[in-house]
Amino acid sequence: MSCLAFLHSAIFVNQLTIDKYLLIITKLEIDFMEATLQKIVEKYGKDSARLMDILYDVQVEFNCVSDKAVEKLAELLNISEVDVEQTRSFYHFFSKRPAGKYSVYLNNSAVAVMMGANEIAKTFEQETGVKFGEVAADGSIGLHMTADIGMNDQEPAALINGVVFTSLNATKVKELVAGMKAGKNVQDMVTSFGDGNNANELMKTMVKNNIMNDGPVLFNPYEVGVGLKKAVEMDPKAIINEVKTSAIRGRGGAGFPTGMKWDFCSQAAGDKKYVVCNADEGEPGTFKDRVLLTEKAEMLFEGMAIGGYAVGADEGILYLRAEYRYMQKFLENVLAQMRSKNMLGNVMGKFKFDIRIQFGAGAYVCGEETALIESAEGKRGEPRNKPPFPVQHGYMNKPTIVNNVETFCAVSRIMEKGGAWYKAIGTAESSGTKLLSISGDCAKPGVYEVVWGMTVKEMLALCGADVAKTQAVQIAGPSGVCINPSQFDRKIAIEDLPTGGSMIVVGNQRNLLKDLSLNFMEFMMDESCGSCAPCRALNVILKEKLEKVISGKGITKDIADLEEWSNTLSKTTRCGLGQTSSNPIATTLKNFRNKYEELVKDVDYQSEFDMAASVKDSCAIVGRTPKFHH
Amino acid sequence: MGLFSNLFGKKMKSLEPQVPQADKVVEAKVQEKVSEVKQEVKNDIQKETNMSNKVKFVIDGKECTAEKGQYIVDAAAENGVYIPTLCHMKGLIPAGSCRICTCKVNGRNMAACTTPLEDGMKIENNIPELNELRKTIVEVLFVEGNHFCPACEKSGNCELQALGYRYLMMVPRFPYTFPKKEVVADTPKIYLDRNRCIMCKKCVRLIKSNDGKNVFAFHGRGAHLQINIDRKLAATLSDAKAQEAMDICPVGAILRKEKGFDEAIGTRKYDKLPIGSDIEKISN
Repeated sequence: MSCLAFLHSAIFVNQLTIDKYLLIITKLEIDFMEATLQKIVEKYGKDSARLMDILYDVQVEFNCVSDKAVEKLAELLNISEVDVEQTRSFYHFFSKRPAGKYSVYLNNSAVAVMMGANEIAKTFEQETGVKFGEVAADGSIGLHMTADIGMNDQEPAALINGVVFTSLNATKVKELVAGMKAGKNVQDMVTSFGDGNNANELMKTMVKNNIMNDGPVLFNPYEVGVGLKKAVEMDPKAIINEVKTSAIRGRGGAGFPTGMKWDFCSQAAGDKKYVVCNADEGEPGTFKDRVLLTEKAEMLFEGMAIGGYAVGADEGILYLRAEYRYMQKFLENVLAQMRSKNMLGNVMGKFKFDIRIQFGAGAYVCGEETALIESAEGKRGEPRNKPPFPVQHGYMNKPTIVNNVETFCAVSRIMEKGGAWYKAIGTAESSGTKLLSISGDCAKPGVYEVVWGMTVKEMLALCGADVAKTQAVQIAGPSGVCINPSQFDRKIAIEDLPTGGSMIVVGNQRNLLKDLSLNFMEFMMDESCGSCAPCRALNVILKEKLEKVISGKGITKDIADLEEWSNTLSKTTRCGLGQTSSNPIATTLKNFRNKYEELVKDVDYQSEFDMAASVKDSCAIVGRTPKFHH
Repeated sequence: MGLFSNLFGKKMKSLEPQVPQADKVVEAKVQEKVSEVKQEVKNDIQKETNMSNKVKFVIDGKECTAEKGQYIVDAAAENGVYIPTLCHMKGLIPAGSCRICTCKVNGRNMAACTTPLEDGMKIENNIPELNELRKTIVEVLFVEGNHFCPACEKSGNCELQALGYRYLMMVPRFPYTFPKKEVVADTPKIYLDRNRCIMCKKCVRLIKSNDGKNVFAFHGRGAHLQINIDRKLAATLSDAKAQEAMDICPVGAILRKEKGFDEAIGTRKYDKLPIGSDIEKISN
């Protein structure tokens, strides 16, 4: 910037007017931006399918993706500006205006709030003088709320410029704000590191694994490469048969038989096929993939390579949620190590397969496999219409298998130990083990590897929750079911209480509808992609109706309305999000109906209008005490 | 499962739930999904060997025949059965976004505009349960936007208004939200009124610039989703393309500038005959 120094000196000697100076500076800024954008776009081969990465780089470089940047990117990528804007405006972590030199994203999902996130928010606001949803006038600190960041076992937690800070309390927040005000490097504010690979030189995060037990499939020691070695000696068809024998079903929650999915994809016609790993665990309350990615990355990548060999794919994509960006360097290094050991690239001289990491940018719906694919192609995360299915037309319209992190890890073990070994664990319909992310009101929140078929009561004992003090367990996150104590003998299994892993224990001290259901409905409302009419509008309508009931202004008919409208939503909507988004209401209506009935009045009409609140401001201005005639 | 259950043979039996006390809803859904994917992969493979294939199906008791693989909504229309739509256009990749065409296909709720026709499908369409769902969706669309029919250029040609009449909507059951929406009035040929947009995505899918770029796209997500227009590209549209954009818009969100009310309200398409009459071949 010697050029700038020259300009400054020119001002001092009055050779330049301030106006002209500003004009030159602006021009320089634009030139700098355009050159930077050009470099970023070239880094990704001028490929608009890499728009997610491009926008992320721009966001990091300029702290926002401005309209000016959108215009330039559209030009460089030869697509329309509205297309760039479409992607930018969809994701939580891309912003049109600067998000703050230090951008704080505090988790406000249900468990975070249960653990005191609201108080943490107040401390942040007091210490910074900035309100949540705003950025300081000098652009230094921005405070933002965000949905679940995958740290439910160590809440309250926040991301600051992507760095994770867990188990926050008022003292820690004060230290953090002081650090930001002093211009400290964010990473340097991490003073202690978590266990296992969290402390790795390339990760250095304070996140703790909280692995609470051993387990035969995932958490027992695994000798890297053993599954892959066995697989390459087999015929691809035989691998699929072995996976079928294991009867493993999708670990993301939907429970689709993995072997069948692979079989379909291997049969599908296509010159190119893909393996995609869904590491977008966004269901509030789940964090088990976080631990697998940190501690079992090789096992995961091996599983993906085995999948590639089985279906005939040579390219794998790990779609990783933006909240886990802190793992990037570590995971890239694992991939590089595996390449050097011929476990990726030219895999053991048998087949070609490599993996790249694709980051999301904050959108729950991208956990839906077709929305994930759209996102990986650089578009808004809008679920596709099915058929066709990804096994026929997936990423880049080519046959693709999309599986969960846990599924791929389990496949590596299945190759090592055999399908029959795996099938023998669990129940008749749900083979193997399941990782549970248990959080909420229990003594030992963390990740547990349990054998399918465990009862909820047994699970509560395992995580140190007192059954007598537990009013509900939220099974499988907001999109799952909220069960009452009379159901605690039910089994955690695909055929009874299926789950992708999120388990939230709700103590008697909580206001179930307010603390859980309403928080979840707000989440669903924010996370709907909005493309289909019922999901876009009815989630808002349902949330407002629930608020009305909670406020004590509800009438008996409101309960019937909630029931009917939830039903309409799940019957007509397009994808899994909408089909389950009303579950926070529908399942509490089913299992905790009395809580609703206690709140409503059995009258035909109850006014929601609050005269005193409505005229409060005007009365304050004119200094009048109003008299209301009720 | 019904129709597909015979396709599985013995292999699938091991996946059938055997625990009687279980909540089988999810399990049934998984099984449905498995059969659906299986059928589709089969179709894909079949497509390459067998291009033309007429099949029989039944809608509300009426026996029908149509080409296999085309979307149910089109197959029904060919047979004189009207399934309401807002986002569908024959030949265009379906959006499946308005959900008003939801039918029961072999007992399951499916969008008729995205579900390919299969041999022997039993479809329920004009039944009270579905018509109630459709009415609900029309009401939802009315309250989430700002639809003032008497002042709208599209009145009488508007598909949303026409469906409101068809499903006898008197007043929406939901509270009006009166959202604040911005209009785009600074493109030379098109006036975009977001108050009336129902996000059918027809313009996104169909209207392209001369060099094939998208003129329309979505912006935001969830309840904040809105339609967006590329001002630069919109300025390059021909008169014919701008007119097409207005014509394909099912509501009055896209209007041609400097043209309007050519046809008097009261004499327009749906002023004369209810929506769907052309398909049902009903004349006055």
